[in-house]
Amino acid sequence: MTVVSPTTFEPRLLVAGDPGLASHVQTYGPLPERTNDDLWSELQASGLTGRGGGGFPTWRKWESVRKAKGRAVVVVNVMEGEPMSGKDRVLVTFSPHLVLDGAELAARVLGASSIRICVAEDQNGPFEALERALGERPRTMATLERLPARYITGEESSLVHWLEDGDARPMFRMDKSTPLRIGRQSVLVQNAETMAQVALVARYGANWFRSLGTAESPGTSLFTIAGAVRTPGVIEAPMGTPIRSLLELAGGTTGVEGMLIGGYGGGWLGREHLDVPYAPASLRGVGVSHGVGMVVALGPDSCGIAEMARVARYMAGQGAGQCGPCVFGLPALADDLDQLWSGRVGNAWSRRMVRHLEQVERRGACGHPDGVVRMIRTGLDVFSADVARHGAGRPCAAHRSPSVMRTPR
Amino acid sequence: MSAQRREEYALRIDPVACDAFGFCAEMFPERITLDEWGYPMVDPEPVSGQLVALARKAVSECPRRAIVLERKPRPV
Repeated sequence: MTVVSPTTFEPRLLVAGDPGLASHVQTYGPLPERTNDDLWSELQASGLTGRGGGGFPTWRKWESVRKAKGRAVVVVNVMEGEPMSGKDRVLVTFSPHLVLDGAELAARVLGASSIRICVAEDQNGPFEALERALGERPRTMATLERLPARYITGEESSLVHWLEDGDARPMFRMDKSTPLRIGRQSVLVQNAETMAQVALVARYGANWFRSLGTAESPGTSLFTIAGAVRTPGVIEAPMGTPIRSLLELAGGTTGVEGMLIGGYGGGWLGREHLDVPYAPASLRGVGVSHGVGMVVALGPDSCGIAEMARVARYMAGQGAGQCGPCVFGLPALADDLDQLWSGRVGNAWSRRMVRHLEQVERRGACGHPDGVVRMIRTGLDVFSADVARHGAGRPCAAHRSPSVMRTPR
Repeated sequence: MSAQRREEYALRIDPVACDAFGFCAEMFPERITLDEWGYPMVDPEPVSGQLVALARKAVSECPRRAIVLERKPRPV
């Protein structure tokens, strides 16, 4: 696995001088005249994978839509429901035309008749940035949509459900390998950053794209780095950059006891995993999910149990309210963590917690409850010393520290 | 043993449709139990032979039509 030191690469995504079309064309050049077949083979050769959490090879997703019946619809997911993530809003605010280029390329290759860009209704800045950018592209087929600002709305079947009949809740699908549909049309849902990466592949080709990142996960990606770092924010780095280097790009840490990786459903790692490359395969190897590209570092002045309890409570309130195991299981898990936090844990606590985890896992229509289960399982492991202290009725000194995790709305 | 055709099935719950009536667990306790909130948990073991009739009963008795009996592709 080649790992490029983050100090020695040229950033790709956030380099235009301003968000306007003139600056975009000056920075990246016009879109080259490529045939659809040519673009298709470059995309396939690039090895680009989705940057929204699934990490699925982009060309395969396109292929399943191309093979499906009916006209294609291209949906760009800018929902960014992860409260600590800021990468997609930064991207569409600074480089909206890169995202629009990618969406229009997808529409061209798939013969789509519309492009629908989905933004959460509370995201005024990103919405206005996209509105301005679309104003500079008078012939675009893209339209902007404002969706309810809930965590679960960003789930792809939820987006499609909303576009079809205004219900922003995930749909139960027997077979997740076939594309989602809106009426007779088949839908490509792609994260905003993935679209921007498509625009780069179309301009500079697969070999250029693969010159950074790992063989399995090529290219760069945007990462949101937050918590116990000196300059939290959104950075770009090659895929496979060690977590330690990502934290250094955010000004370095002030001490790490644990790290939440990928999102609120991603999973926790301890500081012994600081040198793990941030890429789907290596993260899977240590039990967490790549998610949206996010590291929240917890320092020694934070309480891992308190932060887990906050995330669990937040996620319990952000479900769609459709599936029983999620509706009842997530609040039960949040209660279990609250009891642990307060140090008032009875004899049956541990067995109850394990039972609740088992009763929630893999029982929802979408991955929301599974993410919470992963967050808790990995957290109980990473913070095992704190679990023991709290469980013995002696909560740690930091248990009333201010919250690191954001739990908006 | 004769080389009798032995169809294998898998039960799946649509958790969006399910409203915890619990009839399925009564009809087919061999494979379906209820969690502490009353929602069905399905044993992943395939359903075959005489159990298929019970599985069909569980499917047809569900007031929400939330259970699907899928034929499993047999391993090659």
